[in-house]
Amino acid sequence: MTSQTTGLKGRSELGVALLLGAAGVMVFLDANGLVTPYSKSDPVGPKTVPFIVAGLLVVCAVLLAINVLRGGKGEAEGGEDVDLTHPADWKTILPLAGAFVANILLIDWAGWVISGTVLFWGSVLALGSRRYIRDGLISVALSLLTFYGFYLGLGIALPAGLLEGIL
Amino acid sequence: MDVWSSLMDGFATALTPMNFLYAVIGVILGTAVGVLPGLGPAMTVALLLPVTYALEPTSAFIMFAGIYYGGMYGGSTTSILLNTPGESSSVVTAIEGNKMAKAGRAAQALATAAIGSFVAGTIGTALLAVCAPIVVKFAVSLGAPSYFAIMVLALLAVTAVLGSSRLRGFASLGLGLAIGLVGMDSVTGQRRLTFGQPLLADGLDIVVVAVAIFAVGEALWVAAHLRRTPMHIIPVGQPWMGKKDWQRSWKPWLRGTVFGFPFGALPAGGAEIPTFLSYVTEKRLTKHPEEFGKGAIEGVAGPEAANNAAAAGTLTPMLALGLPTNATAAVMLAAFTSYGIQPGPQLFASEGPLVWALIASLFIGNLLLLLINLPLAPLWAKLLQLPRPYLYAGILFFATLGAYSVNLQAFDLVILLVLGALGFMMRRFGLPVLPLILGVILGPRIEGQLRKTLQLSAGDPAGLFSEPIAVGIYVIIGLILLWPFAYKLFRRTRPARTPLVPANSGAADYSD
Repeated sequence: MTSQTTGLKGRSELGVALLLGAAGVMVFLDANGLVTPYSKSDPVGPKTVPFIVAGLLVVCAVLLAINVLRGGKGEAEGGEDVDLTHPADWKTILPLAGAFVANILLIDWAGWVISGTVLFWGSVLALGSRRYIRDGLISVALSLLTFYGFYLGLGIALPAGLLEGIL
Repeated sequence: MDVWSSLMDGFATALTPMNFLYAVIGVILGTAVGVLPGLGPAMTVALLLPVTYALEPTSAFIMFAGIYYGGMYGGSTTSILLNTPGESSSVVTAIEGNKMAKAGRAAQALATAAIGSFVAGTIGTALLAVCAPIVVKFAVSLGAPSYFAIMVLALLAVTAVLGSSRLRGFASLGLGLAIGLVGMDSVTGQRRLTFGQPLLADGLDIVVVAVAIFAVGEALWVAAHLRRTPMHIIPVGQPWMGKKDWQRSWKPWLRGTVFGFPFGALPAGGAEIPTFLSYVTEKRLTKHPEEFGKGAIEGVAGPEAANNAAAAGTLTPMLALGLPTNATAAVMLAAFTSYGIQPGPQLFASEGPLVWALIASLFIGNLLLLLINLPLAPLWAKLLQLPRPYLYAGILFFATLGAYSVNLQAFDLVILLVLGALGFMMRRFGLPVLPLILGVILGPRIEGQLRKTLQLSAGDPAGLFSEPIAVGIYVIIGLILLWPFAYKLFRRTRPARTPLVPANSGAADYSD
């Protein structure tokens, strides 16, 4: 038992295999549920390609699982601002995702100027800036600028929401 | 109409004051966004797509041409001044470029990159103008079976040849193809993978997918591993080159162009191989071998030229066959489709003026790049110092704005977040992004050609082999897929060679 638990440790990549497999099964079930009479003008039908894609995904899932169990590893992507020496920093990611979700919930009701401000301010704070006032002012300015920029420059009316009539 | 007069008409369209202004805006925006660390040309184009939505197609594509080359140039500036390139095609430039910058020759490195990009881009665009109509003439004779084969080749080649793990490439391709399936089937009207959600019936907007995978995925990934120590950025003055630098640069520029264009134009193209070939060639031919590894100007001039010539080459199959071979071309193809324009052999006939205006503006964009970027280089270098919280919050902010403005529905933002998380996971576990994007874009097209082929042959699979070109391409596909196995077999039967090479140096990298 102990050897198996240590065997699974650090193998989070198996989750990728699981995801691929699940996606494959989902594509298969979805295509299988389609009802199509055979038609001469379309011998391939809408099911064939999904079946092939599902097969590809499942095969990749199995091969990836084998590869990972044998010690294979996907190489995490480096970059200018990426420091791979420390593990994923969930204290940054979760608030960041939170700001993103807040924007989704607010955008239609409160309007872009408010939701965009929340998004930018929240993201900057999550990423570690601590100049609250300056960041807030920049957020408001960016949201207002893009709102009017899109409206006047591109003819795209972003939702005004709560501020309807003021903007 | 012959090439020359069409091109002149193109210039006439592109040089009207308004269109010229759009080209200038495109180059400046493209460079500004491309310089930002973490933003490669593909992401630059995807993020700036919405800006072009309000314009009419011709102006939009003129602006696009500027963004395209601007983004390319911006990326090389980053790799010279920071050493960690944002895009695989500028990896080679960074090798010598950053060494030059550290040795106090940043100005010369930036200058040879800018002028080399201009030379290669101009020659490459000229070759594009000459080659594209020839490819079109050839392409018109191709039927559905050949198209099917070419597209399969492009997908498999990109998946199997590039990247370090084939298996992970194919996994990424599978995910992309699955995303491409979402929506109404074009032939029967059946809804696939929509889960009863009416907003999914039209399929996922490719702009949303691209922005999610490139921009949101990248921002989340960097946020998780943000470097907390400030980076050292080399200060730069006005780029300039001495007489000796010119003498050492002009030949590498031309040789780089020769490497770059054909590789860019091939279905498995990309700029990685030609930039590398150019680097190796310059290293062999140089009269200053002692400088290589310490900042040799040839090592910047050649690869940068190859990179830009490949970028022009990529547009040949994109325009003439509707076949994107790198991420940037894939996003551009998406832009074409969003205007209701289908790239492919018919494009030159149906939208001739637009295509030639686009090609003409590539020439103009190239020249503008040189005129704008040489004086503005110190300013671009300042952009590199943008505090990271603002940079990545800004990427998320503009990604959201871009994705939302396509359809003005909050649902797209949910997709943006979900696919952004997918992009994060792919970066974490080394799944390459390119096969996914190409799968999303080419998947539905491949399916269309497959169904057309079998419709013509009344369901007989032999119809797939009914054109000689298709058969030839299947042979190439077979070779690409079987190559690693053949290579292994070869190694096994010739064990005598192993003392020369460490036992598991080459083959093992490809075997997983």
